[in-house]
Amino acid sequence: MDIAVNRPPPVPLAPAAPARAHLRNRLQRNRSVIPGFGLTMGLTLAWLSLIVLIPLSTVFIRSAGMGWSEFLAAGFSPRAVAAYRVSFGTAFAAAFVNGVFGLLTAWVLVRYEFPGKRIVNGLVDLPFALPTAVAGIALAAIYAGNGWVGQWFEPLGIQLAYTPIGITLALIFIGLPFIVRSVEPVLEDMSAEVEEAALSLGARPWQVFTRVILPAIMPSLLTGFALAFARGVGEYGSVIFIAGNMPFKSEIAPLLIVTQLEQYDYAGATAIATVMLVASFAVLLLINLIQAWSRGRMQA
Amino acid sequence: MNTLSILRARHLLIAAALAFIALFLVLPLAAVFMAALEKGLEAYAAALVEPDALAAIRLTLLVAAISVPLNIVFGIVAAWSIAKFDFPGKSLLVTFIDLPFSVSPVVAGLIYVLMFGAQGWFGPWLAEHDIQIIFAVPGIVLATVFVTFPFVARELIPLMSEQGRDDEEAALSLGASGLQTFLRVTLPNIRWGLLYGVLLCNARAMGEFGAVSVVSGHLRGLTNTMPLHVEILYNEYNFVAAFAVASLLALLALVTLVLKSIVEWRFAYHRRSAGH
Repeated sequence: MDIAVNRPPPVPLAPAAPARAHLRNRLQRNRSVIPGFGLTMGLTLAWLSLIVLIPLSTVFIRSAGMGWSEFLAAGFSPRAVAAYRVSFGTAFAAAFVNGVFGLLTAWVLVRYEFPGKRIVNGLVDLPFALPTAVAGIALAAIYAGNGWVGQWFEPLGIQLAYTPIGITLALIFIGLPFIVRSVEPVLEDMSAEVEEAALSLGARPWQVFTRVILPAIMPSLLTGFALAFARGVGEYGSVIFIAGNMPFKSEIAPLLIVTQLEQYDYAGATAIATVMLVASFAVLLLINLIQAWSRGRMQA
Repeated sequence: MNTLSILRARHLLIAAALAFIALFLVLPLAAVFMAALEKGLEAYAAALVEPDALAAIRLTLLVAAISVPLNIVFGIVAAWSIAKFDFPGKSLLVTFIDLPFSVSPVVAGLIYVLMFGAQGWFGPWLAEHDIQIIFAVPGIVLATVFVTFPFVARELIPLMSEQGRDDEEAALSLGASGLQTFLRVTLPNIRWGLLYGVLLCNARAMGEFGAVSVVSGHLRGLTNTMPLHVEILYNEYNFVAAFAVASLLALLALVTLVLKSIVEWRFAYHRRSAGH
């Protein structure tokens, strides 16, 4: 280390003032020579507070001003609880389906070569780039009773659009890239040699998958799952066109917020928003815990 | 396990993945263009040059033209302070910057209604001074800035952290000023990451629906962005026009994906973070 080599011999009997000056010199040498810390940090904190933190705090301050019983009545009314059940249930189901097919897609993209692979790879990000309202009306058109897909289910008595199934289908569309892009880099880092070694030692392909591949990618798969789930719980644009929006049946929590705002029920909207914010912060915490766990596991 | 069955399993997996992609991604995209052109090119064009549609296109471009540059400046400033310096609480700050991604778009709209709406914190004061934010363009811009807040910053923070500060320190020790160092050393180093972040930020800014829907008030020709115009037309059962405007947004998405892929292949730019 430079600093250790350059350290002058200790001068125990030196007067106090020069020693302090010397210390200051050393501190300054250790500090970054790059300018602009105060300016950029100040701007960052100011802009972050103005756009994100202060506006978000309004929800909690309003809720706190409500009083506990009023908050419970508004945030956990039977209609609100039914909406949470629809939102969380469909988001979970969609994240689960994406966990399977997103992993499959990531695996195929990382391990195999096939014509059109680059196009497929680019297409995976379509849900990030396509406006949600566009996705919403397109999905509603496809899965309606007379749509390209819906017409095959209609004769069987299965209605896809305007039911929780339709909501789940929309959330599968929205959530796919989260899983693929979370798992992909981990699969890229895993060499195929480990699997080949396991296979040549007589392991069945299914054993290789459950004992070798799955444990290695589990943290990234869980992270992707949590990201897709969190996005699905809050999703609005792609869902409302296909949801049917029947209270207690196919009404999602974000839609209930909008409905209550339109009826000038600010307390109701704020209480539901508070419940949803707490839920998404819990998921955020969970993602951080998963990543800390995975880092710890890698070091072990 | 013989070679033949391994090959067969491989083909089966590829076929399953492609079928899933075709069903869930390609089909909706195709449906947009098919429905838009259902009544012919003339009806398609008529839906796009109609005055309310043109007003919506103009407003969408205006909102993106304000919110994207704001996010570029903030993204660079935040990434500079986080990546080039060490300080306690860094990871907490990064978590806060990412926060808008975990907030439902509807809640993103609601918070500005609670701030600036008629019953909000600043509502009475704004009414007194005859300033309208909610149900007007400033509210739409604010909500858009909120939902696109992390895009540029989260692209640049890992990139600039990885590049370290050696290049900048060398330039500074050779006598370059801080600004020169940024423009001639840092900016060229981060240009592809910046472009990547701007592409995604712009796509979201032009396509945002939930947050903007809460603060817009849906005044036709005045506060309707393109996604809101799509909703109104769709709810009026004017499907051809709804899908025609939607097809413009779908084209924007496709252009975004193509440019993004070019940045990835041609310039070997790899993302370091997954998901939004």
